[in-house]
Amino acid sequence: MTGATIPAQAARPAAAPKVMVRAENVHKSYGHVEVLRGVDLEVRSGEVCCVLGPSGSGKSTFLRCINHLEKINAGRIWVDGELIGYRERGGKLYELREKEVVAQRRSIGMVFQRFNLFPHMTVLENVIEAPVRVRREPRAVARERGVELLDRVGLAAKLDAYPGQLSGGQQQRVAIARALAMQPKVMLFDEPTSALDPELVGEVLDVMKGLARDGMTMIVVTHEIGFAREVGDLLVFMDGGVVVESGPPREVIASPRHARTRAFLAKVL
Amino acid sequence: MTAEETATERARPEPIKAVPVRHPGRWVAVAVLAVLAAMFLHVLLTNDAFQWSFMIDHMFRPPIIDGLVRGTVLMTVSAMLIGVALGVVVAIMRLSPNPILRSVAWLYTWFFRAVPRLVLLAVFGNIGILWNRIEFGVPFDTHIGKLFGIDGLELRLFGFDSRDLLSGFMAGLLGLALSEAAYMAEIVRAGIQSVDPGQTEAAGALGMTRAQTLRRVVLPQAMRVIIPPTGNETIAMLKDTSLLMYVPVSMELFFQLDAVGKRTFQIFPMYVAACLWYLLLTSVLLVGQYFLERHFGRGYGRTGPARFRLRGAAPAGDGGGARDTEAIP
Repeated sequence: MTGATIPAQAARPAAAPKVMVRAENVHKSYGHVEVLRGVDLEVRSGEVCCVLGPSGSGKSTFLRCINHLEKINAGRIWVDGELIGYRERGGKLYELREKEVVAQRRSIGMVFQRFNLFPHMTVLENVIEAPVRVRREPRAVARERGVELLDRVGLAAKLDAYPGQLSGGQQQRVAIARALAMQPKVMLFDEPTSALDPELVGEVLDVMKGLARDGMTMIVVTHEIGFAREVGDLLVFMDGGVVVESGPPREVIASPRHARTRAFLAKVL
Repeated sequence: MTAEETATERARPEPIKAVPVRHPGRWVAVAVLAVLAAMFLHVLLTNDAFQWSFMIDHMFRPPIIDGLVRGTVLMTVSAMLIGVALGVVVAIMRLSPNPILRSVAWLYTWFFRAVPRLVLLAVFGNIGILWNRIEFGVPFDTHIGKLFGIDGLELRLFGFDSRDLLSGFMAGLLGLALSEAAYMAEIVRAGIQSVDPGQTEAAGALGMTRAQTLRRVVLPQAMRVIIPPTGNETIAMLKDTSLLMYVPVSMELFFQLDAVGKRTFQIFPMYVAACLWYLLLTSVLLVGQYFLERHFGRGYGRTGPARFRLRGAAPAGDGGGARDTEAIP
């Protein structure tokens, strides 16, 4: 991406890379229901962080707070050192204007459980829409990179297909290409394989593994323990709106310290 | 494997030949309807009050055709154009996060949907009584002038005589278009709300602004829901132009037919002529609506026509290969 950061491709440099996403004591409630009750997280540049937890544990909500799709009630979130959703000046918080929020989201890619592709646009149009409209790239440039990205996710032959004509796995791969087209600093995945038929899960996970190898910073809410163990640098287990346990995936999966983690893993493994 | 093979080898049983269920009620209904149709035809052909030859002679006269083209048709088209455009604006205001825009839009739809169109047209036809002239400039200029001790201060840019601007066609157009905008606003709002919220989220996550999301993502998808009721609204608008008689607008189909009827004391035949004219016009619109709906229902992944396109699609060039044909749930 930009030369300003430590080259992430250089296979985990000795000096710890800079923090890409930092969450501090994040609280979120809907009315009286408190979904997040003080979440802390630190993901370094180039790391893959997998978030596990039972449904209702707040992991998806937390992910949506990172790009300000949900407003948090307390705490702070920084992405690449930039406070998300607010500006702090003289000890006072100011809400950001729509334009500023939208500008922050440009560097945060997101992939949804239900793909959310634009059904009235072709695959290629889906991918180049934001680069052309938001980044104001010339159409030809956006098109060229769009084709490249779709080739990377194995869909070079489907440029002119409509999302409704694709399988779930193919749609999700288009969605990944669409998010990558904005050249994000970090990618958020919200249960990217949960809406897929079991036989289609592999093709999406393969694309994500490729991304991780290329040094993309990723936060993945998932139920795929195998993926977490193989690709993850950090595993976070959430329950009841808090981080119960976190650490290197292999350690956490092999010997969970917390009873709730043990109970959860016993059920899904 | 073997079970499958034996299944294909088994002889196909004889097709079912059963006596179908009888429907005696249908025959009774046909008989009753035949008698009623005969009675209706009998009245049409034998009752002298219809005055068929007089009607046919008068219903195509120039003033009537003039009223049809420059009144009814032109009014329908212009009222719908303004109504749809303003309706989209009001719908967007209604769904805006801005509470002031929201309440203005609510107030607008409340007023124009609560007052009957006929009454609205009568009011607009007489609204010229409020002002002699309609002028644009600084509001309350004379009052402000008085505050500073200047008598008769007038800060006006341009103006019209209200009898020119707000009578006849313009008053009618204003009444119909403003009322239509209120109904269209509700239709557009329903259309916008029918679009999956995930679409807005995805666009937002890509960094698109609210306006971009609306224009590029939400409205195109809402069209499928908006188009059919808009067709109905157009047909209703065509019929409601007959209410222009109460503005009054004289250059209009029903006014002209009514005038001929009253002048010649052959009111009933001219009303029958009106029925026939409106039947013809709405039938033309119904055909148009059919094609419009077919057009906008297309290209939406899971609907019929897309399946046909899928069958013709090039063979899959990626790993998903064999699965592609069953992509559609």
